[in-house]
Amino acid sequence: MSEAARQRPQFRNINALSDLPSYRLPPAGWVSILHRVSGALLFLSLPFLVWLFDKSVTSEIAYGQFTAAFSAGLWVFPGWLIKLVSLVLIWAYLHHLCAGVRHLYMDAAHAVSKEFGKSSAIATLAVSLLLTLVFGAKLFGAW
Amino acid sequence: MAVNYGSKRTVVGAHYGLRDWLVQRVTAGLMAVFTLLVFVQVIFTKGPVGYDQWAGIFSAQWMKVLTFAVIVAVAWHAWVGMRDIWMDYVQPVWIRLLLQILTIIWLVGCAGWAVQVLWRL
Repeated sequence: MSEAARQRPQFRNINALSDLPSYRLPPAGWVSILHRVSGALLFLSLPFLVWLFDKSVTSEIAYGQFTAAFSAGLWVFPGWLIKLVSLVLIWAYLHHLCAGVRHLYMDAAHAVSKEFGKSSAIATLAVSLLLTLVFGAKLFGAW
Repeated sequence: MAVNYGSKRTVVGAHYGLRDWLVQRVTAGLMAVFTLLVFVQVIFTKGPVGYDQWAGIFSAQWMKVLTFAVIVAVAWHAWVGMRDIWMDYVQPVWIRLLLQILTIIWLVGCAGWAVQVLWRL
């Protein structure tokens, strides 16, 4: 295979700070790395999420503490910060879910062409960001 | 004996990646269905969702059983995901082992807490 192909340049030791930012990542590349980032974010926030679940179902008083976290705040953090963090986690969950569904669809339908990769990636980003805006509006009291 | 070597090797079993590939998809499917189930129940509640409606969703025994399965699914799904991340970016074995151990402790702890919350109801 290699005799006919030209000798391709090799890039080793890619520097995260000086080289990575100059790369143009295609939409599918963004969806992929954000899938990983959103997963890691959700992992790190698990105790917070379990705490939210705990307070929300344990009792009426606890439920009051749960809702208060978003208005009066929690420990040293003001309410709006808790809402902002929750919005980031909502985005993380929605992106991870949409990118995951994209994976499942590509697996089941063998839809692995470059064109479908691009179109499905753009759709994933659009749907997840749109839903994040909708939930964000609800969270910040628009309706 | 049957021919099961070379090109006829059965590529299933330990460390072929197929199990974890499938685990990610099955756990993801279960979590997606669960999300939809909870979301639908919240959306179709008359009036604002207060404590009674919300806790009521998780009080039925079948829902507790399903939620328990989902907690296990989250833990396994997160484990495979985080293990892949450590594997990709952390080359020194001792650091990776430490991170894997901490990841498992983190996940087992959160899962245990969530199960306790569920069965206190």
